[in-house]
Amino acid sequence: MSDKLILGGKEFESRFILGSGKFSLDIIKAVIEDGGAEIITLALRRANVGGEENILDFIPKNVTLLPNTSGARNAEEAVRIARLSRELGCGDFVKVEVVHDSKYLLPDNYETVKATEILAKEGFVVLPYMYPDLYTARDLVNAGAAAVMPLAAPIGSNKGLCTKDFIKILVNEIDLPIIVDAGIGAPSQACEAMELGASAVMANTAVATAGNIRQMARAFKLAVESGRLAYRSGLGRVLQNHGEASSPLTGFLQD
Amino acid sequence: MPEEMNIESEVLNLYDQYDFASFTAADVETALKKDSIDFKDYAALLSPAALPYLEQMAQKAQRLTRRQFGNTIALFTPIYIANYCENQCVYCGFNCKNKIHRAKLNREEIEKEYQAIAATGLKEILILTGESRTMSGIEYIGDAVELAKQYFSLIGLEIYPVDVDEYQYLHQRGADFVTVFQETYNTETYQKVHLAGQKRIFSYRINAQERALQGGMRGVGFGALLGIDDFRHDAFSVGVHASLVQKKYPHAEIALSVPRLRPYINNAEENPKDVHEKQLMQVMCAYRLLLPFASITISTRERSEFRDNAVTIAATKISAGVSVGIGGHSDEEKGDEQFEISDPRSVDEVVKALYAHHLQPSFNDYIRLI
Repeated sequence: MSDKLILGGKEFESRFILGSGKFSLDIIKAVIEDGGAEIITLALRRANVGGEENILDFIPKNVTLLPNTSGARNAEEAVRIARLSRELGCGDFVKVEVVHDSKYLLPDNYETVKATEILAKEGFVVLPYMYPDLYTARDLVNAGAAAVMPLAAPIGSNKGLCTKDFIKILVNEIDLPIIVDAGIGAPSQACEAMELGASAVMANTAVATAGNIRQMARAFKLAVESGRLAYRSGLGRVLQNHGEASSPLTGFLQD
Repeated sequence: MPEEMNIESEVLNLYDQYDFASFTAADVETALKKDSIDFKDYAALLSPAALPYLEQMAQKAQRLTRRQFGNTIALFTPIYIANYCENQCVYCGFNCKNKIHRAKLNREEIEKEYQAIAATGLKEILILTGESRTMSGIEYIGDAVELAKQYFSLIGLEIYPVDVDEYQYLHQRGADFVTVFQETYNTETYQKVHLAGQKRIFSYRINAQERALQGGMRGVGFGALLGIDDFRHDAFSVGVHASLVQKKYPHAEIALSVPRLRPYINNAEENPKDVHEKQLMQVMCAYRLLLPFASITISTRERSEFRDNAVTIAATKISAGVSVGIGGHSDEEKGDEQFEISDPRSVDEVVKALYAHHLQPSFNDYIRLI
């Protein structure tokens, strides 16, 4: 049975999204291949010409670019960066990131909703990075987001699914793909996110700082696939932490 | 509304809060075990007791740096467009009493410099002027910034401190980052080494970063000239100052520099103010452990081997193709240098060295929105 990730009308086989921000450029292509990634995020601020090298030259053309608005401190700046991204030929996908705290780099949900609304109206496929809050997620649905990208833990922390219960609420309540982003430190955590019902997982630091980067990309690919398979297999029924009573509790009821 | 924090008085209150000689190995070990450290831990890491733990500090600093910044190291170059100065700072080559060749580049000369720098691929520059309002007025600097927009995506300023409305003007013309070195946070020493000029006013200088942020700048840089006074107190104060500014202005991007006065070689008597490479690395690692998110710049005052290794541990930004004279990028220098550089390598050479250390040179990590 087909199990594709659909974002903005586009179909993807892979549910592992790779971040590009922390890699050496010369290995990006190999890491994409080993991770089987079909979507790669990139900070537009790095894509814009610089030096002799442009990150865009290192990304295979069949991979969908997901430019992000990192550097934006409010909705207005995010919108301007997204428009610039489109002008530079990076396509209509955009990951909205609005951060105005340089210490923790936590997303500003309020400004994120505002930017999402403006960009969705302009025809962008908007994937907003957010702190997992149900009300914000609903606002993002209404604003026209194509998916919701809740953080698992502070970005770069490799701490795993610290916000697990809240992500589960989004999975239960929001009828858009939930893509777990930020804080995933190990393939086991990516697998767990997929088992919960996340539609995809994004990782960057965990792969970029691994001892063997290419092998870690493959480990993530397998973990994401495994978690997805487990979710589709109906994991919930076998994970009950108590057995069913052998004598039914309701056996005394008469017709 | 809570009462607004007065950063200057907080920094000065904390200046001699800790006796660095009193820390023990146990204090250092405690600090090294923590995920995030407080000011007391930070002081322990700057203390003499931490020196035997330098390797552990470096290991931890490296982990934090790579986690936050990945493999990327930003490249930039300073450009001196003037060297007129009205300050009399006893340690500085630009000291207004020094008989050096003074110069100021005109628009054409500045553009020629920009073109020469841009040809190396760099997208980030730091414009420096010396500190003379009379000779290098705000409009002159604003014009230089506006012109730089055609060639560079990120423009920083290291100029005399100015008022909020002037920072706002410079930001609107295209500058986004402001660096002001306090030199020393010991107010007595500050008066002794700054004999004349606007720079004598400690308070106006220490509040410059706040004014820059109020003027709309995106980020601010801090630094003490380590070795002018007790470097432990000064490095401690730099960290406190930067932390408090970030706390008050959470969006502000924070940058730190680590200039030092070099100790005399073969000086038989070890001076407690001496900042050798080990102490300099200790300071850099302590900065990283206190402020994992801060950019740390390593300048050409240091030798190439030190710089190449510092970027594998704690530094995240390195200058390349540096000329500290006036007009030295494109032509014969028109005016003298502020200090002697120890790493004259070109941009290409620094890029190669970064690759050799498995790091990714980053020319551009910024979108200017003005």
